[in-house]
This record gives sequence, C-alpha cells and structure tokens, in this order.
Amino acid sequence: MKTLQEIKDIQAAKHGQIDIRFNPDTAEEAVKTYVLVCGGTGCTSNHAAEIIEELNKLIDGAAKRDEIQIIQTGCQGLCAKGPILVVHPGNVFYQEVRPDMVDRIFDEHILGGKPVEEYFMIEEGADGKDIPYVESAFYNDQLRMALRNCGKIDPEDIDEYIARDGYQALGKALTEMTPDDVIQVVTDSGLRGRGGGGFPTGRKWAFASGDRGKVQKYVACNADEGDPGAFMDRSILEGDPHSILEAMAIAGYAIGANQGYIYVRAEYPIAVDRLEIALKQAREYGMLGKGIFGTDFDFDVDLRLGAGAFVCGEETALMTSIEGNRGEPRPRPPFPAVKGLFGAPTVLNNVETYANIPQIILNGAEWFNQYGTETSKGTKVFALGGKINNTGLVEVPMGTTLRQVVEEIGGGVPGGKKFKAAQTGGPSGGCIPASSYDVPIDYESLGKIGSMMGSGGMIVLDEDNCMVDIAKFYLGFTVSESCGKCTPCRIGTKRMLEILEKISAGRGELEDLEKLDELAHYIKANSLCGLGQTAPNPILSTLEHFREEYEAHIVEKRCPAGVCKALLNYTIDAELCKGCTKCARNCPANAIKGEVKQPHVIDAAACIKCGACMDNCAFGAISRK
Amino acid sequence: MKVSNVPFNGTKDQEAKLLEVIAKYKGQKGALMPIMQEAQEIYGYLPYQVQKIISDETGIPIEKIYGVATFYAQFSMSPKGKYVVSVCLGTACYVKGAGKLLEEVEKQLGIGDGECTADGKFSIDVCRCVGACGLAPVMIVGGDVYGKLTPDMVEGILAKYE
Ligand SMILES: Cc1cc2nc3c(=O)[nH]c(=O)nc-3n(C[C@H](O)[C@H](O)[C@H](O)COP(=O)(O)O)c2cc1C
Ligand code: SF4
Ligand code: SF4
Ligand code: FES
Repeated sequence: MKTLQEIKDIQAAKHGQIDIRFNPDTAEEAVKTYVLVCGGTGCTSNHAAEIIEELNKLIDGAAKRDEIQIIQTGCQGLCAKGPILVVHPGNVFYQEVRPDMVDRIFDEHILGGKPVEEYFMIEEGADGKDIPYVESAFYNDQLRMALRNCGKIDPEDIDEYIARDGYQALGKALTEMTPDDVIQVVTDSGLRGRGGGGFPTGRKWAFASGDRGKVQKYVACNADEGDPGAFMDRSILEGDPHSILEAMAIAGYAIGANQGYIYVRAEYPIAVDRLEIALKQAREYGMLGKGIFGTDFDFDVDLRLGAGAFVCGEETALMTSIEGNRGEPRPRPPFPAVKGLFGAPTVLNNVETYANIPQIILNGAEWFNQYGTETSKGTKVFALGGKINNTGLVEVPMGTTLRQVVEEIGGGVPGGKKFKAAQTGGPSGGCIPASSYDVPIDYESLGKIGSMMGSGGMIVLDEDNCMVDIAKFYLGFTVSESCGKCTPCRIGTKRMLEILEKISAGRGELEDLEKLDELAHYIKANSLCGLGQTAPNPILSTLEHFREEYEAHIVEKRCPAGVCKALLNYTIDAELCKGCTKCARNCPANAIKGEVKQPHVIDAAACIKCGACMDNCAFGAISRK
Repeated sequence: MKVSNVPFNGTKDQEAKLLEVIAKYKGQKGALMPIMQEAQEIYGYLPYQVQKIISDETGIPIEKIYGVATFYAQFSMSPKGKYVVSVCLGTACYVKGAGKLLEEVEKQLGIGDGECTADGKFSIDVCRCVGACGLAPVMIVGGDVYGKLTPDMVEGILAKYE
C-alpha cells in the first residue's frame, strides 16, 4: 500500500515523461520520443490497433528502441479525422493514419527526427491558408478540464495518472479535510450534475451525509449513457478511468459510504476493460481497499454492466437494475439520498460530474467557479456529431455560444450546406434553430428555448434533414424504450408516434398538430419518471421552431427536405432524357415506360419511391420533389 | 421479444461452466444480472432451458428471470447468426442515412431486425451508437466495423462473409 509521500515520489519521477505531452513549449527536454496513438472506440474501429501493431513490429528491430515509447491513449477528440497519431517532442499531429503510412513516419520522424510534412494534420483557415492543427480553432477554443488527461496519458498505467496529480485529491481530502469540508468545497464550486438534470452536486452529497458511520451507504456512478449518439462518458472512462475511481472514493468519504458501484453499459467493452484494469491497479496501490492512506477510511468499487435499456439511466431505475430486477423506475420521494440502492442512502452522479471532482478538491472552489456563467460553472463536454466537419469530442466553458461550437470548433457544416438546427439532450431534449445560433450554452438558456443541456450529445442538422422525421426518430426511440409501467408514457408516446407517422405518410390533418400539442402536455404532466416527462420535448421543440415544415407535410403534402418517402415525387425531364432505358431497367417496380431513344415517363401510381432511377441516370434527367 | 423454435442443444460442458458462474456469485447481492450476462456469453443466447437452470440453482423464481430477460435489449432468447450484422441507428448515424442502410441490409439478407437467416449465417441487430460517430453511418459485421457507408456498399461487404 502506498503512502501519500510515495504517490508524490512517483509523480516526481514521472514528471519528465509527462510534462512534454502537456506543455510542449515549456517542458524540459524529453526523456524519450513519445508516440501517442488514439485507442478510443472511434479510432479502434478504424484500424488503430493495426497501427500500434505495426509500430511495435518496427520498434522491435530498431536500434533506439529504449528511447521510444508507444502509448495507446483514450479518445483525442477529433474522431472525424481518426485514427490520430501524435509525436512528442514537437507535438506533431498526423491524421487519418493508415497502417501503410506508419513505415515512413517511423523511419523519417520517429527515428530520423524529421516530421513527414506530407502527412501533416492541417486545416484550411478563413484566408485559405493552411493552419497546423495545434493552432486551429478545434484545438485552441476548447478548455479541457474533465477531459484533461484524455488522449494524453496511458489509461492502463496508474503511474501516468499519478503523474498528473492523480490520487492526491483523495490524499488531501482524507488527511487535511473533514467530510463536511469536502462537501463545502464541492458546494462552493457551483458544480452541477452533468447527467442532464443539473442538480447541484454539493447539495446532493449534503442530503446523504447524515448518520455517517452508523448506517450502510453507497456511492454510484451513472455510466449508462443512454442518449443514442453520445459518447462523452464512454470517452472519459476509456481515457481517464482512475479519475472516476478517485472521485467516487472522495464522495464515499464525504457521505460516509464504503462501497461504490459503476453502472456501465455492456456495449462499452473498451471502457469496461480499462475500468477493470484501473480497479486492479488502484487496489494494488491501496487507493481502494482498507485504510486508504493510513487513515481508517475503507472504500471499494464494483462494476455492474447495464444490459441495454435507456430507462436504466434514470436514477431509481438504475438502482433497481443494480439490485438485479427489471429496471423500472419508482416514485420519488423517497429520493436516493434517503433510500437508494438496497434501501440505503445513496449518492448517484454522472461520469463527467465525477471527472471534475479531483481538480476541484485540489485547486479549490474559486478556481473552478471562475469558469462559466453565473448559474452554470465550469465546462461541458459535448459529443459533436451529425452534419459537422469535426465530428468528435469537445469541451468548452459554459456560456460558449452554439455558433462558436458549431462554426469554429466544429468547423461548420460540410458540403456548403446550411446549418438548420442542433439537437441537444437526445430523446429528452429539443432542437435549437438557426435563429438561436448565438444562445450561450448553459442550463438556463437552453431550457428557455425548449431544449436542454442534456448529458452532452449534440447533433447538427442541415437543410437535408426533415424535422418531422427527426421528431419521429426520437419518438420511435422512446416508444421502444418506455418501460411500460405507467400509461401516459406507454400509450401516449405510441399515439404521438402514430400521428407523426400519419403526417409523414401524407395523411395528416391540421388538427393533428393540436392533438400532438395536447397529448404532449398531458404526457409531460402525468408520467412517473423523467423518460415519459421529457419524451414529448423533441415534438414540442420542432413544433415550436419548425411549424411551417409540419404544415407543408399536411397542407401541401410535401416534405421540404425531401426525406419523407411517401411525399416524394420522381419525375423525368423530357428535355434531358436521352432514352437510354437505364432507369427503366433498374426500376424494381417496373414503373418507368418508354421506347429506346424516346423520353421516358414514370407512372407515379406504381412508383415505390426507391430512388434507384435517379441514382442510375447518367444525364441528371430525374429529379425528386 | 422473439422466442425461437430452434431446438436447444446445450452441452454438458456449457452447463458445467454455468454452474461455476452461479457458484461464483453465491450470496452476492444483485447477482442475477451478472449471472444472466455470463450465461448468455456461454450459450450465445438465453433459452428457457438455461433460465430454468439458473432458477433451479439460485432459487430465484423463473417468472422473475423471464421478466428480466425480456426487459433488457441485451438478452436474446433466440440464437444469433454466425455473423451478427449490427446496423447503428444512433442519432449521428440516423441523420446520415442509416435508415436506408438498414433497408438495404434487410433486402440483401431477406430478414428483418432481430431475425436470423435460415442457414444460420447472418442475423440483424439494430444498435444505438457504437461510439464511432466520426465514421457515421456505421455497421458492424461479425465484429468488423465498417464506416462512412452508402447502401450500394452493403452487397460487397456481406459477400466477404459468404
Ligand atoms: C430517461 C432518463 C435517462 C437518463 N440517462 C442518463 C444517463 O445516461 N446518464 C446520466 O448520467 N444520467 C442520466 N439520467 C439522469 C439521472 O437520472 C441522474 O439525474 C443523474 O445520473 C444524476 O447525476 P448528476 O447529478 O451527476 O447529473 C437520465 C434520466 C432519465 C429520466
Ligand atoms: S414514464 Fe415511461 S419509462 Fe418512466 S416509469 Fe412511466 S412508463 Fe416507465
Ligand atoms: S423511384 Fe424507384 S420505383 Fe420510382 S420510378 Fe424510380 S426506380 Fe422506379
Ligand atoms: S450514432 Fe452510430 S456510431 Fe454513434
């Protein structure tokens, strides 16, 4: 078991290996050449493992093998350009690395010291000139607090975490602070829950802090990440798992619990692996276990794998699921702080919430609350996706505008298309239209315009996305995920989905919009848990901001974005048609008639709107309206 | 939940492994889910016969086990194909045309989501965000990830697994 002094000794010994990666400009000369390869889920799916294998093969035969270290990191953020490889010293980024590029990078740069400029990661600046990645907006406009170690350390090596002040916050809490001091600092920091609700974390801990040492209590971590299309929490677990274990131990000390559970999705195999490795190492070092840092505080953590049910992200459902039951929510109160896991007082926080805790304890409340807005302190991590150039993981101070995130950090919408909306909060959230592009991102501002902060999914939509279709997508999701316990949610969401389907099939009537509105408010008011209470949000926000699009579907029987199949019409322009017969041969419905070298015609009644003809016409004669 | 009518052919070996798993969790709170997860790993799915063994060994009523099995998407009562084709219908993939991709896969294989081809080779599983949104739309075939797909690429990819 390690003492606090031993932890500090490890940090000092490791300093030379770590500093160069974080402070490339000021660090003293590097001990070795460090090659960081992204091992997050995105890059791993994109052959990152082969790149590492290739590097390891090359290094085996190299003369300077002791001076080179290959490190597989967590997500480095710019998933769209993955796999990413970074070389230090020099902080040189290579993007979209293919296994066949590794040879040259290894020979010329890693051994030869001369970066392969041809492979450089560059971005086109506003003036058309190339900007190196490290000077680009994607890199410079972010503020990485929760993600501070992600992509830069080896998540499978506890010493690398320790080199970044790891476990010193726990040491400080246990040896210099009372549990109430800890709660006070977290309260003063203004940290609010990052799982979506935004509840003040310090207050939550205070509620659960009574009767310390007299009753069994638990600390739990919500790593269920149910929003389909979000991967912030996963990336933190994959890139910096020890920060979560440390934070949970601090929470345990604060409320007087000695057992923690992490509820993590079974669909996250890399995160689960890294957590298991981290748990083992933390136990070996005595950072988990009995008498941590020589005090009388005991704490351990177990993993529980979620089994693919969105509702299990809801706190009471999560706890019933850990207990081994169907994950159905139960009414609150009693709140988990009073009666949670196995009936005991329990603190449940989101992964990203925990990721902020060690830094807050080490640097103090004022350090943290200097960032952000009046009511939303610190930063927020977003998983940027959809119609955006820089798909990936970004972290910005609260109060940053949506425009900054999409246009500057995200690099805008690809293909010269127009930004239409950003969806935040997933199935519980809403769409932020272009007219609110300058809204500051904080809990209150997003709520005011009918969306929500959510847990961090941010999907960008362009002119080719139909808002009725998007609402239908989310409703389809909630219908299949409703646990079925209460009627407004189980039946109400189904009715709303049916109405949406009717509208997109061209059978909608204007009064359907009133019905949707009425149902939505009824479901919000009468559902038992957050899933049902928020399920209507995607409809309400699209109805509010894109009503004319719904009306076009209903009145003109037209889908302006050209998505809703039943409303599309394929026609052949007789002027452009050369009569090559290709479309007719490819039509699965035999809906196209015409003689060779004569203009062809589509029989609208027989057409199944598959689009095959349009894809096949070499003369651009077929259009969709 | 689709219940399959493929006859159960679990082996003694598999049963021995399952009993080991159950013994490992004996006396632990909330052990049912981990047991079921490991059981599914052993058998590939969770047919009635396997649920019955778990019930007999742990004393947990079969109704409760069945209830848990039907609640969670991860548990399957019908066997999967040799190659599971998972089409991601997470939001990032959906807005980039994953719906059309799924249609094409269903057309190529002649089966729907949750079903298995008659020769046992392929089954389709819709999933939500596999974490490779940078590659959207994404599909996984037998563990291999394919990204930035268009429907016309599906046929060629599936052909590799013939
Ligand atoms: C339907 C539903 C799904 C949820 N999914 C998640 C989730 O995936 N991750 C999460 O951290 N919180 C989720 N929450 C919020 C949790 O109930 C809970 O508020 C949160 O984990 C508390 O942690 P925090 O205060 O640190 O945010 C969900 C809530 C609802 C109603
Ligand atoms: S609101 Fe929906 S998910 Fe929540 S308890 Fe009711 S039926 Fe279940
Ligand atoms: S859209 Fe499809 S069905 Fe309709 S005419 Fe073209 S090829 Fe035939
Ligand atoms: S939405 Fe498909 S990988 Fe994320």
